[in-house]
Parts: sequence; structure tokens; C-alpha cells
Amino acid sequence: MPATPERYLEVQNSDEFGRLRRTLRNFIFPTTIAFILWYALYVLLSAYARDFMAIKLVGNINIALVLGLLQFVSTFVIAWYYSRFAAQKIDPLADDIYNEIEGDRRPADTASTDGGVL
Amino acid sequence: MPVNLLAAESSASTSRTLTITLFLVFVAITLGITIWASRQTKTATDFYAGGRQFSGFQNGMAIGGDYMSAASFLGIAGLIALYGYDGFLYSIGFLVAWLVALLLVAEFLRNSGRYTMADVLAFRMRQRPVRMAASVSTVVVSIFYLIAQMVGAGALVSLLLGITADQTFLGMDADTAKVFTIILVGALMIVYVVVGGMKGTTYVQIVKAFMLMTGALVMTLMVLAHYKFNLSTLLGDAAAQSGKGAAFLEPGLRYGVETAGDATKTFYSKMDLLSLGLALVLGTAGLPHILTRFYTVPTARIARKSVLWAIGIIGTFYLFTLALGFGAAALVGGKAITAQDKAGNTAAPQLAQKLGIDYLGGDTGGSILLAIIAAVAFATILAVVAGLTLASSSSTAHDFYANVIKRGNASERDEVRVARFAALVIGAIAIGLSIFAQSLNVAFLVALAFAVAASANLPAILYSLFWRRFNTSGAVWGIYGGLLSAVVLVFFSPVVSGSATAMFPAHDWHWFPLSNPGIISIPLGFFFGWLGTVLSSEKDVEKYAELEVRSLTGHGAH
Repeated sequence: MPATPERYLEVQNSDEFGRLRRTLRNFIFPTTIAFILWYALYVLLSAYARDFMAIKLVGNINIALVLGLLQFVSTFVIAWYYSRFAAQKIDPLADDIYNEIEGDRRPADTASTDGGVL
Repeated sequence: MPVNLLAAESSASTSRTLTITLFLVFVAITLGITIWASRQTKTATDFYAGGRQFSGFQNGMAIGGDYMSAASFLGIAGLIALYGYDGFLYSIGFLVAWLVALLLVAEFLRNSGRYTMADVLAFRMRQRPVRMAASVSTVVVSIFYLIAQMVGAGALVSLLLGITADQTFLGMDADTAKVFTIILVGALMIVYVVVGGMKGTTYVQIVKAFMLMTGALVMTLMVLAHYKFNLSTLLGDAAAQSGKGAAFLEPGLRYGVETAGDATKTFYSKMDLLSLGLALVLGTAGLPHILTRFYTVPTARIARKSVLWAIGIIGTFYLFTLALGFGAAALVGGKAITAQDKAGNTAAPQLAQKLGIDYLGGDTGGSILLAIIAAVAFATILAVVAGLTLASSSSTAHDFYANVIKRGNASERDEVRVARFAALVIGAIAIGLSIFAQSLNVAFLVALAFAVAASANLPAILYSLFWRRFNTSGAVWGIYGGLLSAVVLVFFSPVVSGSATAMFPAHDWHWFPLSNPGIISIPLGFFFGWLGTVLSSEKDVEKYAELEVRSLTGHGAH
């Protein structure tokens, strides 16, 4: 059940919620900027640095292919690292605030704090 | 040796019978699931959100099923087979895009919304204008995407069933067979959605994802085994067979083409590459049929888990596309592929046939593997169109009917009845447009859907969740501004008129030089969202407090 508007304002302005918002935003915003820049770099190199991308590293495997595969690696790593970070740093803060509003234990969901699947 | 799909008349007929049989088996199984699911569908939550009882893995598979469309399986394999490395750019963009969904959207949307994308957008706004706008953009994005899939199905059927211009099948010529296929696919998708709702549709996605992954894995292993698991040898052979040498393994054969002596053309071509890259990476998190998937799990944390599974499944599949595409280039050859389909859409099935001939005992083996992969391709298309129809009928019923027309006073029963009726109408419209749109290019329609989603939906979603000041006017301006920018720019682009490959090649009203509008329309979507916001003094401090607390902690979530 939702709480009253006054209660949500009070929670939103609390130090605890401020810490949750800060912890979350300090992770997701810089990480988003980082992977967008890393992806943009890859697209820009594909458009403008073709001689560089064409350099062969091993056999027929060139820098373009390796950089493309590294985009896969970085996506997997960021997804895994975020799930670990969220389970360790975000979820406990969110649970505390949830329980405080509810004044009770959170019903479901305790099983899903065990990190990720990747 | 190039492979001709119709080399042996008898094996083509074996293959045709087997394709139809396997497809009918898939249809029978999924219809069974759908009828079972309909008995479990009692409330609006069951119909819209599958009862919110799916596990992270189940929903991860279903996301994969919804996301890996004909464009992913047939389109990317074909692009790699014909243009080499440039086709791989799609795989990368489609995958990296999932990080936007994971980090910025999935969990917050699951906590704040109920059934549709508009639940989040309208949370702290005046309901009617925002839900109206969100409903319009949901239906527009979904219908473009739907037409692309259905046109794909129509284009494939004559090839996969082995009907050429001078042949007939059950008394139908190629054009009749196309229309018949579109109607059949459309009718099935309507049945899945109307009868099974989200629960039935989700199981269809899971079955399809399993079939697609298995089919792609088997083919990948066969290609790699052929080259003794040496990727470099595979690439070398693909480059040699392509006749383009090392350039085949480098960017630039298809996108960002350098035209010697024409700096303007080269510049626009490079801009088009950047524009495509931007639309791919930002489009996913704005696709309504993907967003509604997050409502099918009990909590935001399970939504997170399901995105992690989806990233694993989708990422693995896009790695397979490398083997499929370069494998087709090396073993089938570009000439044989373009002889069958100019756009390369039949590269994967042709590769299956070739692998079957080489490794599974000649023509019969080739027919069997071709039939299996063809059936997988139809299952792929069918599942994706069902997901799209469900998302747009949900938005029509929940946003437009219940909130815009009935002002929030519709009963659950009425809402679901309207949703089922809307699925029928939207499905019928999509069938009609798809028959009419037979000559349109499939990739163009998908790219348009991604660009529209990124321009119209993503800015409003991100502003809603993270910008305190955002308001009704901003949401309405952002959605309509982004939507119109994308659609107008495409209308005046070379894909619609003024080029040999355009929809209307005989006319020329184009003035926008790029074929993908993303690089202009996405920033415009964000700009209009900002402008609309600052032009209005409205702000609901209390509702934002509720939205922020709810999206971050799940308190009060449905």
C-alpha cells in the first residue's frame, strides 16, 4: 500500500534516502557515460580510422574484430559488476528505507539479493 | 561451389513438406500453451503482465524471444555474408543497448509502473495528455516494427517454400503465397494475444528463444568444426570467397563508404553510420514491447536478473551471427546468396542447407537442416509480432480507453475486453498495411522503429525518472516532438524518395541526406522535452517524491 504524500516527501528529504540516491546515481550515471563513450569511440574508429582498424593482429584477426568483441566483453563485465554492486550497496539501503516506511519486514524478494546470474 | 536452393526438385519438395510440418508442430505446441494460459488468465494483471509470476530466467528467455527478430537472425547473418564486417556493427549496437535498459530503465520502470510504458510517464503528470501521447507513440513504433516482421515473413515464404515466379504451390503463385503467409502469421499472432494474453505470449517467446538459440548453436558449431575451430581460417576463407579480400573483414563496405573525389557524399555516408549507431544503442530502452516485459516478474530485483539473463542470451546469439554470416560468405558464397535474395535475407537458411548437404548425408540432410532453420525463422517472426501486438493493444486499452476516454473509471473486465478487441483491430491493420507495404525494405522499417523509439520514448522516460522539474508539458512536447522529428526526417530522406532503392524510386522530394534520422531526431526529442518543461510552470512536488521513493525502493509497487 502506498504511504501518504507527506510521508513520501519526508522520506525523499531524509539523509538515508539521499545516501541511496547518491550511491545509485554515482554508479549508474558515470558508468552510462563511460560505456556510451567507449561505444562511440568504436563507431567513430569504424567511420574514420579504417587503416588503424585494418591492422592484422593474429592471422586474419584485425583490430576491428578485436574491438568489436571487446564491446561484448565490456557489456558482459558491466552487467555483472552492476548486479554485484547493486546487491551489495544499493539493495540493503533500499530495503532499510522500504522497511522503515512499512514498519515491517519486506515480504517477498529476500531470495533475490544474492547477486547476479552472469 | 555455390548452392542453389532449388538444385534438386525432389529435395526442395522434401524440404517444403518438412518446413510446413515443423512449423505446424510449433504452432500446435504454442496454441496448446496459449489455451492453457487462457484458463489461467482471470484478472487484468494476468492479461497485461502474465500475473507477474515469471522467474528471472524465464523472463530473460522471453526478452530474448521478443528482441531477436527476423532482422537479427536473417538480417544480420545476411548483411555479414554480403558486406562482411559492417553487418557485425548491428550485433554490437543491439547488444550494448541493453546496458541502457539495465542501468537506467528496467528496475525503476518495474517499480513505478503497472501495465504499460505510460504508467511511468504519466505517474506525476496530468493523465490524459501524457497517456494519449504515449499511446500514439507506442502504436506507431509497434506498427512499423510489425510491418517489418510481416513483410519479412512474406518475402521469405516464397524462398523458403521454394516458390519462384513461375512456380505454384497448392495452386498459389509467389505473390498469392506471400499474401496468404502474411494473413496466416497475422491471424496466429492475434490468436496468441487475444486468447493467451501476456502469459501465453511469454511462453511462446520462451519456446521460440530456445528453438532459435539451439538452431543457431548447432549451425555455429558445424561452421566452426568445418574450420577446425580456427576463427582466422574461417575469416580468411570468407574474405577470399567474397572476392573483396581483406576489405571484407574491415569496416566500410556498406556503411560510411568513402567516395573518392566527393567529400560531401563521404561526409554524409559517415554521418549515416554514426546516426545508425546512435539509434541502435538508444532505441532498445524505448521499445514498448520490451518495456512491458519488465512487468511480468514479481519485483524490480527479478527484473534486473531477467535483464542479466537477456544480456547473456542475446550476447551469445550475436556472437553466433559472426559464425553464421562469415560461414555463409565462405561456404555458400555471396553470388549464390544474392541470386536467391538481393538483401541477403536467406543467407542463414542457405548456409543450413549447405551444412546439411556436407555433413548430414547429401541432399536429404540439406533439406532437413534447411527445413528446421526455416521453421525456426517463422517461429521467430511469429513470436516477435505477437509481442508487438500485445504491447500496442495493452496501451490502447489501458492508456487510451481506460484513462483518456473513461478518465480512469473503466472496470478491469472492460479494459481487458477492449485490449482483446484492440489486438484484433491492430492485428488487422498490420496485416492490411503489410500486404500493401510488400515492396518496402525490411531493414528500413526496423531502423525507423528504433529511431522513433529512441527519439520519442527514451527522453520522456529518462526525464520522468531522473529530472525533478519535468512536467506534463515536457512529456507531451518530448514525445510528439521526438516522434514527428523522426518520422518527418525519414519521409524526406533518400529511403523514401530520390534514390534507386527508395520506396518511391520514380519520385524525388528528399532534402534530408541521411537514411537514419537518429543523430538529429534523438537530440531533438531531448530538446523538446526540456523546452516543453521550462515553458510550463507546473510541477507536482508530492507526486515526484512518491515516484522517486517508489522507483528506488519499490515501496507501493504493484
